[in-house]
Amino acid sequence: MTTVDPTNTTHVDPNAVSLTINGKSVSARKGDLIIAAADKANEFIPRFCYHPRMAPAGMCRQCLVEVEGPRGPMMVVSCMTPVAEGQVVRTETEQVKKAQEGVLELLLANHPLDCPVCDKGGECPLQDQAFSHGPGESRYVEEKRHYEKPIAISDNVFLDRERCILCDRCTRFADEVAGDALISFTSRGNNTQVMTFPDEPFSSYFSGNTVQICPVGALTAKPYRFKARPWDLDQVESTCTTCSVGCRTVVQSSRDELVRYQGVDIDPVNWGWLCDKGRFNFEAINSEDRLSTPYLKDAHGNHVATTWSSALETAARMIRTSLATSPESVAIIGGARGTNEDAFAWAQLADAIGVDQRDAQLADGLPAEVFSLAQATIDEAMAAQTIILLAPDLKEELPVLHLRIRDVAQKRKAKVVEITSRPTGLTPSAWKSVMVEPGKAASTIRAGLDQSILKQIGSGTVSVVVGRMNLAESAESVVLALAEILHVAPQAKVLPVLRRGNVRGAITAGLTPQRGAADTAEILALAAAGKIDTLVLLGSDPLSDVPDADLARRGLAGARNIISIDTFMTPSTSQADVVLPAAAYGEKNGTTTNLEGRISNIAQKITPAGTARPDWMIAVELASALGKDLGLGSVEDVTAKLAKTVAQFAPAADTKALRHDGVVMNRLTPITLNRAEAPANDRNSYDYRIVSFRKLYDSGISTAKSPSLVTLAIGATVVVHPLDLDRIGVQAGAHVQVIGEKATVVLPVSTSEDVLRGTAWLPFNQPGNDAREMFDVNATVVDVRIEKLS
Amino acid sequence: MSRLTDANVVIAKEIIARYPRAKSALIPLLHLSQEQNGYITREAMVQLGELVGVTSAEVYGTATFYEMFRFEPVGKYLINMCGTMSCALMGAGELMHHAEHKLGVKAGGTTDDGMFTLAHAECQAACTEAPTLQVNYRYRFRVTPADFDSLIDDLRAGKLADEIPQHGVLAKVRQRIPADKGVGAVAPEDVTEGPAWLDGKPAL
Amino acid sequence: MSSYPHAPGFVAGDRPKVVTSRFEYTDSFTIDRYLATDGYTAIRKALSKPAAEVHDEVKGATVLGRGGAGFPAGTKWGLTPQNVWPRYLVVNGDESEPGTYKDRLLMERDPHQLIEGCLIACYAAGLSQCFLYIRGEMALAQERVATALNEAYAAGYVGKNVLGSKFSVDIVLHWGAGAYVVGEETALIESLEGNRGMPRLKPPFFPAANGLYGQPTIVNNVETLANLPWLINNGVEAYTAIGTKTSPGTRMVAVSGHVKRPGVYEIINGITTFRDLLYGEEFCGGIRNGNSLKAFVPGGGSAPWFTPDQLDLPFEASQVGPAGSMLGSGAIMVMDETTDIPAAALTLTHFYAHESCGKCTPCREGGTWLERILTRVVNGTGTDADLQQLIEVGTSICPGDFPHASNEALGLAAVPFPYKMTTICFVGPSAYAPIHSALTLFRSEFEARVTKRITIPVTAVGVAQ
Repeated sequence: MTTVDPTNTTHVDPNAVSLTINGKSVSARKGDLIIAAADKANEFIPRFCYHPRMAPAGMCRQCLVEVEGPRGPMMVVSCMTPVAEGQVVRTETEQVKKAQEGVLELLLANHPLDCPVCDKGGECPLQDQAFSHGPGESRYVEEKRHYEKPIAISDNVFLDRERCILCDRCTRFADEVAGDALISFTSRGNNTQVMTFPDEPFSSYFSGNTVQICPVGALTAKPYRFKARPWDLDQVESTCTTCSVGCRTVVQSSRDELVRYQGVDIDPVNWGWLCDKGRFNFEAINSEDRLSTPYLKDAHGNHVATTWSSALETAARMIRTSLATSPESVAIIGGARGTNEDAFAWAQLADAIGVDQRDAQLADGLPAEVFSLAQATIDEAMAAQTIILLAPDLKEELPVLHLRIRDVAQKRKAKVVEITSRPTGLTPSAWKSVMVEPGKAASTIRAGLDQSILKQIGSGTVSVVVGRMNLAESAESVVLALAEILHVAPQAKVLPVLRRGNVRGAITAGLTPQRGAADTAEILALAAAGKIDTLVLLGSDPLSDVPDADLARRGLAGARNIISIDTFMTPSTSQADVVLPAAAYGEKNGTTTNLEGRISNIAQKITPAGTARPDWMIAVELASALGKDLGLGSVEDVTAKLAKTVAQFAPAADTKALRHDGVVMNRLTPITLNRAEAPANDRNSYDYRIVSFRKLYDSGISTAKSPSLVTLAIGATVVVHPLDLDRIGVQAGAHVQVIGEKATVVLPVSTSEDVLRGTAWLPFNQPGNDAREMFDVNATVVDVRIEKLS
Repeated sequence: MSRLTDANVVIAKEIIARYPRAKSALIPLLHLSQEQNGYITREAMVQLGELVGVTSAEVYGTATFYEMFRFEPVGKYLINMCGTMSCALMGAGELMHHAEHKLGVKAGGTTDDGMFTLAHAECQAACTEAPTLQVNYRYRFRVTPADFDSLIDDLRAGKLADEIPQHGVLAKVRQRIPADKGVGAVAPEDVTEGPAWLDGKPAL
Repeated sequence: MSSYPHAPGFVAGDRPKVVTSRFEYTDSFTIDRYLATDGYTAIRKALSKPAAEVHDEVKGATVLGRGGAGFPAGTKWGLTPQNVWPRYLVVNGDESEPGTYKDRLLMERDPHQLIEGCLIACYAAGLSQCFLYIRGEMALAQERVATALNEAYAAGYVGKNVLGSKFSVDIVLHWGAGAYVVGEETALIESLEGNRGMPRLKPPFFPAANGLYGQPTIVNNVETLANLPWLINNGVEAYTAIGTKTSPGTRMVAVSGHVKRPGVYEIINGITTFRDLLYGEEFCGGIRNGNSLKAFVPGGGSAPWFTPDQLDLPFEASQVGPAGSMLGSGAIMVMDETTDIPAAALTLTHFYAHESCGKCTPCREGGTWLERILTRVVNGTGTDADLQQLIEVGTSICPGDFPHASNEALGLAAVPFPYKMTTICFVGPSAYAPIHSALTLFRSEFEARVTKRITIPVTAVGVAQ
């Protein structure tokens, strides 16, 4: 007779490991460390150097535990010892307690115990664990180590070596995670200290993370130093919208003022990391320059403060008058900087009044059809065997995505193939970098990539990270190249990397040209031709962002009425007839969508500046002034209606799911991109072809209005290969004239071996003379001459 | 001159080529730099970082870990006096007192004429010949105060110039792997199969 | 028994010479001398057999590692994972354990023997590149090995197709820059990768599986490898005929300190006793000036100390361990009756505190703390509480009972080796070992140095309960 044990028929996970921790049965996965398994089982083991996102160092020795071995209990560090089947772990025996107390006493031996004046006091792992796992008193009566304190190791990070317990977290982070090994242990033994190379700052885009993960107050950040005590802080979890990666954050305030952002670890996106721009740009929200009241332009062209009711009335009148002519005389540019709710409410308003000319992109993005290709989430893109980058320098534009790709490349989990016109932050980690002249990516791929690359692409899963690799090159040029890649890698999934905070959400919520209406470039051209009566700028600044300065200028000049909804008086806002102050990030609730289509909540922490209010509310009120009821009374209403109305947003109906990890929006049925012969883009008499993309720190408001960041923008410049500089006949640092078909711009010149010969790299939107004067939104590429000043 | 000379850059590249990963050459290259300049300069660290593909901070981190690297000029002769147990048992302490008196500097100091730097050192692996010292890493065994005096006198008189090179020079012979004889270093990820001689048959 | 002026420190005897047979020649380091004395015959012999057979011979001879841990080399080679390539050989010539030297002599006096040993190891264990890491301060050893390698490459013994066979291997001379801890094999690998020489935790970083560049790596001591040419030439039987079954062959031992004839001796493993070594006429000939023996360190500065009670123990790990110490790197430091014990312990504690890499908290902070307290005690400004504090700090580095020797006069039973430790490597415990030994065996010398601290009872007055 056969008996079937039902438990035997269940699938047995070959990687499951069961062990005992303090008598408790714990299940873990093969390869897990004891400390991680204990965390999952809520058995806290004290630790300082262990960090779940970095390779274990086994340095502080605080996490010693006992493991039953063949020769009795062995003392091991739980941060480097993997779990094993049947393992018996004890974390609270007398001997373990004594060892942990011993280590803590030794860690405190040279620590200054200046907790009352230390920023970390109150949220300090050393302080907390000295209390929970320490001996209670120190017997150390010797002189402590002394160092100069604190020293600035970068513009924003201070180092106090006396407080440092040498856990190797910051140095491991800089090397392993950021790839900016600009701090290191120096000297040895009892004199070991963390230092930069002499006179070379820790200028990493990710330096703030070292402050966050420092388990003591050794590293502090200038923007937060002495601003608040942890017990005074109010906080709420949110999603960063500085760029479209959508890092999860905690927004902290004290006395209704933002004082700090901290990274939150979520698996699908940022793993706890933030870039320094996203971390420190809360300063801009606190800026004195914030718009706090509506303005109307008077007859002399001056902005005069007014009430909301008169401003809304004026705006409504303008729109009504224009609509009376034709709905085509009204256009909306922007919306990518707000929430999904902001965008949706404005789309609803536009629908209600029949305005099809709306575009959240500023002629610096890609056609919305990239969202209709087979999509990859960040995780899916990272899980591919080959990752193809047809993108700008992600370290500059989407820094935490850069970290994610660098991680898989460094750990050799995927091979990164980069197609670029200039080496990027990922070039050192890339398996192959295919350098292409601007405008020639499609034809280069069509002509045939290297056999080894084709073999690699053909051998497994592929993801393509696609964005505007060069703002002086057309979007079409990118789409053509993408079509060629998808031709050789038809199995590939695409991760579009449009940069602006909520651009994907805004487009999906409806702020994209409807029924073939004009996009931003076309709207501006129509405006320049006098065909736009009322132009609404929804948190957008075409004068700074559209990669064609002349077109933007003519467009804004040609529009009869401009209504601007913004947080600052930007160059474009200052041209507006009606200025409506918008609530900024941290001042409003809602949801946002990141580049992969992940919807997650953003949260209000402080009261908006002055009478500023969220964009969605402005839409509702404007609609009401126009006699339309959008049926939206609260932000929750907007989210609910969005989830019901727009199929892709349906998952957002589960509002609980929007917290923490968020939910990925529904995907569209994939389409296929058609290949087409790319234009030859041959050189004319001009010598240099422009490559331009953004640096992390530029003239954008979040940098320009944050005192800690504003000095970090490199300033307008033109960079050429050293051999080309000889050809121009000037020294680095000299001013040269960059002569394009549309304009001549005078810029300081510098050199880099990274710049391909015959190309000139110009950082986009930097303080100084504006390179965009030479850009042409209708040209595939921009060619220039560079000459000595006469 | 603090960056490597062109001739030394050639040597540096030869050394780097012997390793599957360039950073492995860092300590030998720091020695090469110290051999050239007598100590490690800031510029040298920057250059070495470029040569092996790491940041200056990483070069600095490695360099400061090791005691032989000096970041300030030292005397023409660095006299390292062993003071670990066997030497201490055999009078290293007294010898150090004598040396300080003879040279007129405390341990760690350099004589005014820049000739001698006197330093404490740890076990020099010559314990049976205690007390020992090294001058620019050349041994002197069972050193008596009188031996020390005559050593100093001989060094001052230039009598030992042949035997004891300037500070920074270790081996006076460099390894050279002839191009036609060397196997060559291969990055580990480029090695896909085991060595040819593991075929179960004699290699000869 | 004789000494050679050209090989200061070495004392030859009328015993089998496995690794020092050429030391008598003034030109022992040249390739001509090497070839004239059976040089490079062992590699030819090895290459005429399948690699696995050579590996079996080394395994069969139980060639114990001579670096300190005493793990059999043949077994170590077998720990590499199957089918993971490349594998490397790293030669540990970073000899710096206080009291120890023999590798320096082997490199200076017979570099070709070492090179041939490397070739045999690489052939037998399928190692495709060898890095020969010599301590930075050993300029002469570097020079001799560099010269020997240049000669060996030119003659076709090293490099592509050794002796015209299908065996090819590069031996790269590498040299350190002054850091004791780099003698620890994982720190040695870090250093060889161009990093700070900080030890890695085993597991997961067992070099045989995950060593240089994350590849399988065999780390062998210089003396261990120097044994191989003789072994291959003379066979397993001849090798194991010397010494005992568990400790076959010979080993080099340095005896320093207060003996009449300090020196490096090649002794027969397993049977020679400490008494033989310290008092035998063919060895050190007794304590200097007819003094009596107070204590000795039996296995390098890290080892717990022995007193005359342990003199009759042989050079055999399985007996020395249970007696409370270790053989370590083959170094004996002898203290006679005149020795100031606390001061002697301080030189060693200072050494290990100074040489701490700084990675593990207990060693970095505890080592220096120990040194400071002991300095105070030695200077006569310590208190009796300091003596207890030394034990307390030591216990934070090595929890539980620390090994020590038995002592009849004190009525102490031995606590066997090894100790438990809260650090990755032995540097931290080594800072405590001399203190623990000295305090256990010679406590009265410490007590005589310290002031007795009087505790004045303080009563709180006026505190509301």
